[in-house]
Amino acid sequence: MALKISRKMLPWIFLAPMLMMIIFSWIAPVLLTVYLGFTDLSSKNFLDFIRNFFTENVHLTLENFEKIFFAKDPYVVEALTITAIYVVSVLSINAIFALVLSIAIAYFVRNEIVSMLLRVSWLIPRIMPGIIYALVWNWFIDPKYGLLNTLLKFAGVPEALLPESWLLSPPYSQILMIVVNGYVGASFGMIIYTAAIKSIPTDIINAALVDGASDFQIARHIIVPLLKWPMLFVISWQTLSLLSSYEYILMIWGSGGGGGYAGIARAAKVMVWSLYSYSKAFAAEEHLYGYASALSLILVIVGVVLIITYFKIFGFRRLMEPSRIEV
Amino acid sequence: MVKVILDNVSKFFGKVKAVIDLNLRIGDGEFVALLGPSGCGKTTTLLMVAGIYKPTKGKILFDDKDVTKLPPRDRNVGMVFQSYALYPHMSVYDNIAFPLRLKKVPRNEIDRKVKQVAKLLRIEELLHRKPSQLSGGQQQRVALGRALVKEPDVLLLDEPLSNLDAKLRVVMRAELKRLQKELKITTIYVTHDQVEAMSMADRIAVMNAGKLQQYAPPTELYNKPANLFVAGFIGAPPMNFIEGLIKEINGEYYFDSEYFKLKLVNEIGEIIASKTSETIMGFRPENAKIILEEKPNTIQGKVYVVEPLGKDIIVNIKIGDMIVKILTRPGAELTPGQNIWLQLDMKKIHFFEKQTGKAII
Ligand SMILES: Nc1ncnc2c1ncn2[C@@H]1O[C@H](COP(=O)(O)OP(=O)(O)O)[C@@H](O)[C@H]1O
Ligand SMILES: [Mg+2]
Repeated sequence: MALKISRKMLPWIFLAPMLMMIIFSWIAPVLLTVYLGFTDLSSKNFLDFIRNFFTENVHLTLENFEKIFFAKDPYVVEALTITAIYVVSVLSINAIFALVLSIAIAYFVRNEIVSMLLRVSWLIPRIMPGIIYALVWNWFIDPKYGLLNTLLKFAGVPEALLPESWLLSPPYSQILMIVVNGYVGASFGMIIYTAAIKSIPTDIINAALVDGASDFQIARHIIVPLLKWPMLFVISWQTLSLLSSYEYILMIWGSGGGGGYAGIARAAKVMVWSLYSYSKAFAAEEHLYGYASALSLILVIVGVVLIITYFKIFGFRRLMEPSRIEV
Repeated sequence: MVKVILDNVSKFFGKVKAVIDLNLRIGDGEFVALLGPSGCGKTTTLLMVAGIYKPTKGKILFDDKDVTKLPPRDRNVGMVFQSYALYPHMSVYDNIAFPLRLKKVPRNEIDRKVKQVAKLLRIEELLHRKPSQLSGGQQQRVALGRALVKEPDVLLLDEPLSNLDAKLRVVMRAELKRLQKELKITTIYVTHDQVEAMSMADRIAVMNAGKLQQYAPPTELYNKPANLFVAGFIGAPPMNFIEGLIKEINGEYYFDSEYFKLKLVNEIGEIIASKTSETIMGFRPENAKIILEEKPNTIQGKVYVVEPLGKDIIVNIKIGDMIVKILTRPGAELTPGQNIWLQLDMKKIHFFEKQTGKAII
């Protein structure tokens, strides 16, 4: 061979495309966010800013963070509350309800075909383009033509309890936000969980049966403890994606078109932090890029802190010991 | 302790017939081995006794009680799986305590029993470890401990020694046998290793392709195999088989193969000839003598290769284009190609019907 590549270089060459992707799509934006968060960049001084990019002429300031932390922006507290409700509720669906459902589907349903059909039905929203998923929901909840109210009435829910509009009346709009995101997000947890459940050796389940366990005891004493690692993964992953995801909210509450979504989302109390940040940057009449970056930066920090906390709670070091599922 | 009775038990998985019409009676405190090649339905049988699989047909009885429809937890069986199936997230202590915890045994009682079993199996110092920190032999003991701690009526062992190295296997063989005799638990022991079955079991059930071939004590299995399969499966090196016809000439009976003719004892010849003429003769490697000059009623052959085993040697001998194996003590120098004669112990040869494989004598 004419070309000799040392063994130390080789892995880096293979990793290079991946690393480039991570650098450009992840590390660079984070660094840029940090930088912009400390500036007053907006549409008004945009050209000036571009000219002075990364020079000492850029006006560096703590103003954005003062606005956030000292309640100079009155909406921050509300956005925080909504985000907390959103993340905790959807996470419960995605990580915990999905776990219960996966055990039901992958363990209690013995028929392989039925089990597979159930799994696929949860995958449908994920294989659908997001915009179609959002549109389907918009039709579904329509007070006049939609099926939802009809179905609920049929199920015996009194008319007085049904909202005028699922989109705009606050507790209902928040329920809608949680269900829409929960349904599509649960499929992710289910894929991970069902795969993990199916990979538990049948001998272990059979051993527990012979030892005298009921199906419920097997779920509790064998399956759930063996799913610790997948659970940590799903919860961490979903926390991060929930903190930063607003696309379904934007698509459903912004489906009226134009830039009106910011007002609608606020009125419906579905303005989560990430959407708030997005609206600060891109909604009409705002274009406060610096402030939006500062808001996003907070989100990144919250995410990192949460992940570290989870790893502590789950005992990451113990998980890393070579005693997970063995065959 | 109970008797276990399998009454015409079958298990089908769709088209696969894993076990077909199996009848077995296992006495109280008896040690029975299920022996057969891989895939013959041994594990399936065991899982039916444990209650994991429901038989497609037939009944399973513990003493006089029909347990066919009972779930595993109502049968009081202990089982050691081939993979040991220890719970990876539990310590050795918790693994062994698990069956007792499910039974809601009081905490101090659990502690006493776990320690007692641990002592019996000499794994006391391992109690705080996780299964991943144990060697194969230690895992096997823990699995056994978990099966024994609930004082089962029936102990089921699925190839418990197959994952151990050869030396440990020999040690554990003796220990398991001693333990079984000491505890007097009715035991079904699954193995594909005929040496294990022969050395440990009171009786052996030989299975092939889902069917029971013979159910007998080890010596009977060895000396009176019921058919070609059992004859070939039991014993190492395996029995030699030679096809041939039984012929009667002037009131004397001969076994006539393609390459030699052998005069039979009259009574034996008569019995065989009354059943069939197309037969397969079988003789064990240790039941023939190699001699260096021609004598009447011997078989001529050529030394093909010699395999030394230490104490004994296996001599491969070519007769025509067949090869037979003879087990003997090392003696005169045998070189490949050398002409020799085989003298069979005529009282220890077997004959099988060629059509059915069934033993005639
Ligand atoms: N759960 C199952 N589903 C379908 N086929 C099975 C199942 N378990 C065993 N079998 C089949 O039944 C036959 C006997 O298997 P098994 O009892 O495991 O054999 P052994 O333990 O003697 O090696 C094999 O052909 C195997 O493929
Ligand atoms: Mg098996």
